[in-house]
Amino acid sequence: MLEVLKLGCIRGDRRLFSDLSFSATAGELIELRGPNGSGKTSLLRILCGLSSPAAGQVRWNGKNIRSLAEEYFRDVAYLAHQNAVKDELSALENLRIASGVAGNPLNKAQAQQVLERIGLKDRQHLPARVLSAGQRRRLALTRLLTSKATLWILDEVLTSLDDAAVRLSRDFISDHIKNGGMAIVATHQDLNLSVERMQRIQLFP
Amino acid sequence: MFGWVSWRDLILAWRHRADVLATLFFFIIVTSLFPLGIGPEPQTLQTIAPGVVWVAALLASMLSLGRIFGNDYQDGTLEQLLLTPQPAYLIVLAKVLAHWLVSEVPLVIIAPVLGLQFGLSENTLLIVVVSLLLGTPVLSLIGAIGAALTLGLRAANVLVALLVLPLYIPVLIFGTGAIQATVNGTGTKPWLLLLGAILVLAFVFAPWATSAALKISVE
Repeated sequence: MLEVLKLGCIRGDRRLFSDLSFSATAGELIELRGPNGSGKTSLLRILCGLSSPAAGQVRWNGKNIRSLAEEYFRDVAYLAHQNAVKDELSALENLRIASGVAGNPLNKAQAQQVLERIGLKDRQHLPARVLSAGQRRRLALTRLLTSKATLWILDEVLTSLDDAAVRLSRDFISDHIKNGGMAIVATHQDLNLSVERMQRIQLFP
Repeated sequence: MFGWVSWRDLILAWRHRADVLATLFFFIIVTSLFPLGIGPEPQTLQTIAPGVVWVAALLASMLSLGRIFGNDYQDGTLEQLLLTPQPAYLIVLAKVLAHWLVSEVPLVIIAPVLGLQFGLSENTLLIVVVSLLLGTPVLSLIGAIGAALTLGLRAANVLVALLVLPLYIPVLIFGTGAIQATVNGTGTKPWLLLLGAILVLAFVFAPWATSAALKISVE
């Protein structure tokens, strides 16, 4: 269970949000809305433990994530604005190395299966540098498919994806939530996910 | 996981092998300029050899520091590395190990050949290699702190030099001291032991400082 208690965030001399509290339990989706510059990415980075909040705290299963550190990272998958894809490596190498580094190594056949699911099988040996923006985003999405994390934190997950890939990512986000996961998604588009429990958090500029 | 991080950096370095070779050639050229500039007097060359080899090694290793974290920072993979369920200390250590293997070990291997230009004896060349083997990991470990602190800053390369070179001084003193002692025939052992002690200290504290700096830089 994720609890956010009286969170405040200051960037430069601007207060992005303050006294923000909410909580999420297993099987729940949180949709984060707000115009550009309202602090969505800042909030997500605080939630995944990359930045520290100006006020308040984030608790995971009752413990402050600051004190949990690596233990918390085991339960979190963060898909940032940047794809975190290495240009020099092929799609297959990117996937295998990223999952190996994250502690769930895949053998070649397993990795190819994942790439097939995401629609990159025939591009698996090309260096990521020559992939299109959408294909690179798909490659970034494979990190979610291979992770064992409960909490997914997704920043503009649907950016530059085509219709097929959008449907695919909707499917696996709702699968994840049905299987007892949680997802916090910052988005400008409607996700239209068929999940039972959903909260919407609106940030204002 | 530790192995995967090092392995990843080694593959990436292999894809950028021109950068690695550039560092090595820099080292070769700088050490070769001195005999050409100073003249073939064996006595003088032997006196300056330890200093020249070590200073060139320091400068060459400076050149590659930006690569330890720079590219990963820019494409967002550094964040993902820090979000993996392992202590940042180990991630840093794995990356430093890869950096040492890629950027420093070639210098150690080529050093005896360069030492011949200075008319060093076989015994002295051996000490050159041993002192570099003990000293260069310290350069990578300390250099990583500077690289992490200057991530994403403008003029990062100049800043790294200003931050890190003063910290390299002990390594320079004990490294050249060891070689000088062999040339003069006084005891080499204390110098090497001191270098080893610095290595142990750097091994314990540098990755810790580097991971703290990285966390600040990605915030």
